[in-house]
Amino acid sequence: MTTAAYPPTSKKIANAVMLSITGICAFLVVAVLLFILGYLVVNGAKSLNWAFFTKLPAPVGEIGGGLANAIVGSGKMLLIAAALGVPVGLLGGVHLAEFSGSAFASIVRYTTDLLNGVPSIVMGIFVYTLVVVPMHHFSTLAGGIALGIMMIPIALRSTEEFLRGVPQALREGAMSLGASKTQTILTVIIPAALPGIITGIMLNLARVAGETAPLLFTAFSNQYWSPGFDQPSASLPVVIFNYAISPYEDWHRQAWAGGFVLLTAVLLINIVARLILSRRTSLPR
Amino acid sequence: MSFAERLRKGDEAAYLVTLISALTIVLITVLLAQHLWSNSVLARQKFGFHFLTSSTWDPLSGNFGALPFVYGTLLTSFISLLIAVPVGIGAAIFLSELAPRGISNALTFLVELLAAVPSVIFGLIGIFVLVPMLNVVIPPIAAHLSFLPIFGGSFFGVSYLTAGLVLSIMIVPFIVSISREVLMAVPTAQREAMMALGATKWDVTWRSVVPYARRGIIGSIFLALARALGETMAVTMVIGNVPEIHASLLSPGYTIAAVIANEFAEASEDLYLHALIEMALVLFVVTMIVNASARLLMLTAGIREIRE
Repeated sequence: MTTAAYPPTSKKIANAVMLSITGICAFLVVAVLLFILGYLVVNGAKSLNWAFFTKLPAPVGEIGGGLANAIVGSGKMLLIAAALGVPVGLLGGVHLAEFSGSAFASIVRYTTDLLNGVPSIVMGIFVYTLVVVPMHHFSTLAGGIALGIMMIPIALRSTEEFLRGVPQALREGAMSLGASKTQTILTVIIPAALPGIITGIMLNLARVAGETAPLLFTAFSNQYWSPGFDQPSASLPVVIFNYAISPYEDWHRQAWAGGFVLLTAVLLINIVARLILSRRTSLPR
Repeated sequence: MSFAERLRKGDEAAYLVTLISALTIVLITVLLAQHLWSNSVLARQKFGFHFLTSSTWDPLSGNFGALPFVYGTLLTSFISLLIAVPVGIGAAIFLSELAPRGISNALTFLVELLAAVPSVIFGLIGIFVLVPMLNVVIPPIAAHLSFLPIFGGSFFGVSYLTAGLVLSIMIVPFIVSISREVLMAVPTAQREAMMALGATKWDVTWRSVVPYARRGIIGSIFLALARALGETMAVTMVIGNVPEIHASLLSPGYTIAAVIANEFAEASEDLYLHALIEMALVLFVVTMIVNASARLLMLTAGIREIRE
C-alpha cells in the first residue's frame, strides 16, 4: 500500500507564495522608512547651512535667514516638559511598582494607557483652556506644559516596567539589612533600574520633540526671539509645518532643512537609546 | 515598627508623594474631559445632536455642522486600515515566524524607527513627494475606473486617498510591532503540534498561530485605528481642507483634527470656538472608546505590556 506524499504540491506552492508575500510586506514597511530618510537627507542636507542654526527667520519674501529662534524655543519647551513630566511620571511609576496594591495599580495603568491614546490635538485644546485662557496669551510655558502632560503617561509606564524588572532578591537583601522601604527604593532599586529609566526618558523626550499639534495654540509661533517663558514662541515642528504649507520657495527649503534637523535628532536619540536597552538583557525592554 | 518610626524613616511620606503623582494621571484625565465638556457648552446647547448630522460649516453665519469632518475622519481612517492591516499583519508574520532571529530583530528595529518619525515629517513628505507622485500615477488609473463613484471627479493631488495613504504609513509600524510581539508570545507547542502532522509552514502559521493570537492582533488594529482617527498634522497637510462630503476618494476633504488645527487659532466668536472644542470632545470620546476596547482585548488575551 502506498501513501500519497504529504504535503501535496498545491500546499507546497501555497506555502511558498504566502511566505514570499509576507516577506514582501516586511520589506515594504522598511523601504518606506528608507524612502523617507533618503528624501530628507537629499533635500534637507542641501538646504542646510550655518545661518539655519544662528539666524532669525528673514522677513516674508526675502531669501535666507534661519530658524535659531525655533530651535531655542523647542529646547526651552522640552526643558519645561521634562521638569513637569519626568518627576510626576517617575514618582507615579515608583508608586505602582513598589507601593500600591494590584487593583489600584491596574486602574491607574489603564487610565494611563487611555491618556496616552488621547490625540495630541485634543491635548493642545486642553492646555489652551487650562493655561492659555487664564494667562490671556500664548506662551513657551503653555507649550512646555502641553508637552509635559504628554510625557507623563509614558514616563510612568516605563519607570514602572524598569522597576518591576529589578530582581526581588535585591529588595529582600536591602530589607534584611534593616533598610526602610524608602531607603531600599532610593539606594538600591532606582540605581539598579536607572539606565533603563534614563533611556526611557530620552525616548520620551524624542517623541514629544516632534509633536506639532499640541503647540499650535499653546506656544503658537513667533518670528522673533521669545524672551523668558511667557511670550508666544516658535518651535521647530510648528515652523516646519507653517513653512511647508506656505507658498514661498525659500520657506519650503527651510522646511526641508528643519525636517532634516528634527528627524536626525529624533532618530539618533532613538537609535542610541534602543541600542543601550537591547544591550541590558537583564532588564525588561 | 510603630507608625512614628516608619514616618521618621520617610515611608509614609514617600507613599503619599508617589500616590499623589500616580493620582495626577487620573486627575488630568478627569480635568481633560471636564474642560472639553464645559468649553463646548454653547455649541452643544445650540445644535444638540444636530451638530453631528448637519453638513453646513459656515463660521460667518454661525452655523456649525460636523458631518463633513466626521465623514472625512472615518473615510481616511478606513482607507488607512485597508492598506495597513494586510501589510502590517503580513510583515508581523514574516518577522515572528519566518525571518531568522537576527534579520527579524534588525527589521523590527527599523520598523520602530519608522514609528518614531514625527507626524510633521510625514506631512512634509506627503506635500512635496507623495502629492506630485500621485498626480502622475493616479489620473491614468482613475480614467479607466471613473465609472465607479469612488474614483469619479478630477484629482488635484490632495484628497481622502492621499491622506489615507499617509495615515497607513504612519500606523503600519504599530500594527507590525505589536502583532509581532503577540505572535511571538504564542506557545511553541501550538506550532509543534501541527507541524508534527506534516503541515507546511504557512498552514501552521495561518491555521494554528494566527488564530491563537487573534485577539492581540485585533487589539493592535484598534490601537492603530485610534491613532489614525486622531492624527492631525500629516493629514492637514495632504487632505485639501475643504468642508464638503464627496463619494469620490479623489476629492479633497477635511477631518476633525485638521479643522481644529487650521481654524482654532483664528476662531474669534465664542460659538465658533465652542463648536471646534465640541469636535475635540467627539474625537476624545471616540478615541477613548476605541483605545479602551483595544486595551480590554489585550488584557483578555493576557498581554499586559504593549510597547509603543
